[in-house]
Amino acid sequence: MHIPDGFLSLPVCLAMGLVSLVILGIALRQVERQFADRLVPLMGVSAAFIFAAQMINFPVLGGTSGHLLGGTLAGVLLGPWAGTLAVMVVFGVQALLFQDGGIVALGANLFNMGFVGTFLGYYLYRGVRKLLGGKSWLAMATGTAVASWASVVTASALVAVQLALSGTVNLAVVLPAMIGVHALIGIGEAILTVGVVSFLWRTRPDLIFEPLAPILTAVPPIQESIHGR
Amino acid sequence: MGARGRWVVAGLGLALLVAIVSPLASPDPDGLERVAADQGFAHREVPSWAEQLPFAEWFAGYALRGLADPAAAKIAAGITGTLAVFGLAWGAGAVLARARGARRP
Repeated sequence: MHIPDGFLSLPVCLAMGLVSLVILGIALRQVERQFADRLVPLMGVSAAFIFAAQMINFPVLGGTSGHLLGGTLAGVLLGPWAGTLAVMVVFGVQALLFQDGGIVALGANLFNMGFVGTFLGYYLYRGVRKLLGGKSWLAMATGTAVASWASVVTASALVAVQLALSGTVNLAVVLPAMIGVHALIGIGEAILTVGVVSFLWRTRPDLIFEPLAPILTAVPPIQESIHGR
Repeated sequence: MGARGRWVVAGLGLALLVAIVSPLASPDPDGLERVAADQGFAHREVPSWAEQLPFAEWFAGYALRGLADPAAAKIAAGITGTLAVFGLAWGAGAVLARARGARRP
C-alpha cells in the first residue's frame, strides 16, 4: 500500500508530513521517558522482522497481492510509542534505501501504514482483549486479529480519501475498491500477526507489551504479600 | 550468551530467513497498485526523489545492482535492509535510553 510520489497532491503530502512529524516527535519523547531499557533490543528485532515480512507479498485475489504492514504487531509487542518508532524506521529505510514509497508521500505512508496500526490497532487490540476478559489466549488472539484487520482496512480507506483530496481519483470510485481489496489483505495481516504474537505468547510472554500502570498493577501483589504473612 | 542474547539472535535470524525467502513472494501488484491500474491513475507515479540519493547507486528497488540473478539481488537487498532496520531501530532505542539515563542523576 506504499503510495509512490505523484499520486498525492503537494498540500496533502505536506499536511500528512506535518502530522507524521509531530507524532514522531511525541513518540521520541515518550520512548525516552518510559520505555523499558530491557526492551530496546526488541525494537530492533521487531522492526527487522516487519521489514523482512513486508517483502513477502502473498496472493489474495486474481492477480493481486498484499503484504504485512506490521503496525499492529509493533504496537502489541512494543506499545504504541515504541511501536511507532520501530515502524517509522521500517518505512524510512524502505523509502530512502529502496525507493519503495515516495519521499514526498512518506508522511502519508507513515501515518496510514504505521501510526494507524500502532495506535488504532493497539487500542482496538487492548479494548477487545479487555472485553473478552484479558488474560486468555483467545482474548489476546481475538483482539490481535480484529485490530490488525481493522488497521489495514482503515489505512486503505485513508489512502482512498487522500487520493480523492488530491484530485487523483473520485472518492466514490476509489473508496470501495481500496476497502474491498484490503478487506482481503487484512485477513492475511490478521493471520500473520496472530501467528507471531501467539508464538511469543507461548515462548516468551514477557515480550508482549503491557502498559506501565505501576499503581494499578503493582498494588495488588504487594497487598497479597503483606496479607500472606 | 544469556537468554536475552539468544532471543535477539533468534529473532534477527528469523527476520533474515524471511528476507532470504523473499524471492518466493507473489510478483503480482499489491492492493493499491491494482486499484491504480484498474482506475487509470497508475501513470501518475513519478520517480521517487530517493533515486537521487547515493543509495540508488546500490539498489534498484529491492535489488542489489550488479547481481545478474534477480533472486540473489533481492536476497542481498533484503538482508541489507533487514540489518539496517535492525541496527537503526535498536540504535534509536539505545540512544533514547541513554538520554533518559543522563537526565536522571
